[in-house]
Amino acid sequence: MSTATTTLNTGTAKAKSVARTRENWASTRTYISAAIIVIWCLLPFYWMIVTAFRDVGYTFDSTPFFTHVTWDNFKTAFSAELGNHLGRALLNSLFISSVTTIVALLFGVFAAYALARLNFRGKFLVLGLILGASMFPGVAIVTPLFQLFGNIGWIGTYQAMIIPNISFVLPLTVYTLTSFFREMPWELEEAARIDGCTQGQAFRKIIMPLAAPAVFTTAILAFIASWNEYLIASILSNDATQTVTVAIARFAGSQPHQEPYTAVMAAGTVVTIPLVVLVLVFQRKIVAGLTAGAVK
Amino acid sequence: MSTQVEPGALPGRKASRKGGDNKGVNKEVGADRKEKTQGRAATLLIAPTLIVLAIVILYPVINAVIMSFQHDQGLDAATGLFVTGGFAGVSNYVHWLFQQCPTSGGTGSCPPGTLGAQFWSATGVTFFFTVVTVFFETLFGFWMALIMARTFKGRSVLRAAVLVPWAIPTAVTAKLWFFIFAFDGIVNTLFHSSILWTGSEGPARAAIIIADVWKTTPFMALLILAGLQMIPAEVYEAAKVDGASAWQRFRLITLPLVKPALMVAILFRVLDALRMYDLPAIMTGGANGTTTLSILVVDQIRVGFNSAAALSTITFVIIFIVAFIFVRFLGANAVESASGGAKGKQK
Repeated sequence: MSTATTTLNTGTAKAKSVARTRENWASTRTYISAAIIVIWCLLPFYWMIVTAFRDVGYTFDSTPFFTHVTWDNFKTAFSAELGNHLGRALLNSLFISSVTTIVALLFGVFAAYALARLNFRGKFLVLGLILGASMFPGVAIVTPLFQLFGNIGWIGTYQAMIIPNISFVLPLTVYTLTSFFREMPWELEEAARIDGCTQGQAFRKIIMPLAAPAVFTTAILAFIASWNEYLIASILSNDATQTVTVAIARFAGSQPHQEPYTAVMAAGTVVTIPLVVLVLVFQRKIVAGLTAGAVK
Repeated sequence: MSTQVEPGALPGRKASRKGGDNKGVNKEVGADRKEKTQGRAATLLIAPTLIVLAIVILYPVINAVIMSFQHDQGLDAATGLFVTGGFAGVSNYVHWLFQQCPTSGGTGSCPPGTLGAQFWSATGVTFFFTVVTVFFETLFGFWMALIMARTFKGRSVLRAAVLVPWAIPTAVTAKLWFFIFAFDGIVNTLFHSSILWTGSEGPARAAIIIADVWKTTPFMALLILAGLQMIPAEVYEAAKVDGASAWQRFRLITLPLVKPALMVAILFRVLDALRMYDLPAIMTGGANGTTTLSILVVDQIRVGFNSAAALSTITFVIIFIVAFIFVRFLGANAVESASGGAKGKQK
C-alpha cells in the first residue's frame, strides 16, 4: 500500500500495484476460507479421538489437547462383560461388506460394460431403472423383508443383511462403473482384435488391466457404503451378527444409565480410522468415483 | 423370446455371399444386424443385474403393497377377539392419512401420542429436515466448491479434510454429535449455555440439522466442484477481457453452466434426506419432534407389519413424486447425464 502511494507516480504502475495488492488480498482470503473449512471438517473428528483417549472421569474436559491419556476406553469398548461385542461386530461388518462388495462387482461389471460399450434398445430405460434403484428408500423394503425373513428363520443371519445391502450397493456400482467405462480407450480393444487377438484375449490382456483401477475404486465406494449401513442391520441382526454401526449405537458403559461417551468415542475411532486412512490414501480416485456418476 | 440364432446374425457369412452388389442397403442391414447382436450381448450382460435387483427390490416392494391391504394381526377393538389379518381394503391407508384408529364403536381419530397420530407430523418433520439441510448444504457446499476450485498451495490438504466427514459412518457421526451436544458437552461449555440439546424440540432439531450438514456438505461440495471443473477456463478469460466483474462472472457464467450438475447434486441430497433415519434415530430416538417417516415405519414394524407396509408404501410414493418433480420440472436429469450427457454437456 505505502509503495503504491509514495514511490509510484505513473498511472499504469499504480494500477499494477493495486492489482497486485488485490491479488494478495484475494489469496489471503482463500487461505482463511480454506482454513475455516479444514477446521470445521476435522475438529469434531479430532474431538472424538481426544475423548477416546481421555480418562472417563475427565469426559467433559474442554481442553482441546490430549490430557489424562488412557487406553481404558478401548478396553471398555471391546469388553465382553458389558455386552459390547465390538470385536465380533468388526468381523461381522468386514464379512458382510466384503461379500456385498464382491457380489455387487460381479454383477455390476457386466452390466456396466454393456451400458457403456454396447448400443441397444432400452438402454435409457435400464439406466433409469438402475438410477431409480440407487435412490430407493430403505424403509420401503424393510417391512416385507422383516416379515419374510421372520417366516423363514433368517433374522439374525448374515444373508439377511447381505441381500438387502446388495440392493443399495449394486445400483451404485453399476452407475459408477458405467461412467468410468465410458471414458476408457476402447479403440485399443479393436486394435488388439485387428492384431489377431480373440475377443476374450483382447478383454483379458488389454481391457482388464485398464479397467482395474476403476473397478478397485468402485469396490472401495461399495465397501464404504455397505460398512455404513445401519437401518437394515439394526432391525435384522441379533447380538451375534450385529454390525459395527449397530454395536456403536447400542453401546453399554460400566455405569448403568449413563451414556458411556468415552467408550463410544473409542469405538468410533476404531471403526473410523481404517476408513479415513483408506479414503486419504485413495483420495483422488475416490473423488473421481464419487462424482463420476453424477456429473459426467 | 427368441433365443436361437437367427440366420442374419452371422454378418461375415452373409456379407460375403451377397458380395458388393448393393452397398448402401448392405451397410444399413449390417448396422441393423450389429445393433441386434449387441442387443443380445447386452441382454445377457445386464439380465443378471436386473434379476438381482428384481429379487432384492421389486419383490419386497410388491410384497409391501400386497401386505398393506391386509389387516394386522391382533385384538379387534370392537369385539375384543384375536383376529389374524385378512383383506383390509384401504383401511391401513385411511389409518395413516386420516389418522383414524379403531375404537370400540368403529373408528375415530387416533389418540395423541400413538403412532397412528403421528403421520402428518412425521411428514412435516421429514420435509422440514429435507428443506433446511439441503438448503444449508447447497449454500455451504457451493462455497466450499468455489474455494476448492482455486489453485493455491496446500489445496490437497483441503480436499483430504473434506473427505473425512463423508467417510465416517452415519451411526458414528450421530454418536459424536450427541456427545458434542451433551448437557456438559463442549458446545454448552464453549457458549456458556445450559441447553438440553436433545431434550426439547427446537434444539434437538437444530442438533440433528447441524450434524447432517457437517456430514453431507462435503459430498455436495465435491459434486458441485466436479461441475465447476467442466466449465472451460476460456469462458472466464473472455468474460474478464470484456470487463465482467467477479459477481457478474459468477451470476452469468458459473451459475448457469454449473446448474445441471447442481440440480443432480440437489436431487441426490433431497432423496437422501427424505429417507433420513440414522441421525435422528440414534441422537434422539425420534423424541421431541424429530420422528421422521423412516423412524415411524421402523417403530410401526414392531406393532404391526401390514400397517407398517402401508406407511412405507406411502413414504415410497412421496419420495417418488419428489424425484419425478425434480426430473420433470426442475431439469435434474440424472439419467441423461449418466447416459453420456449429450444434451447437458454441449450447451
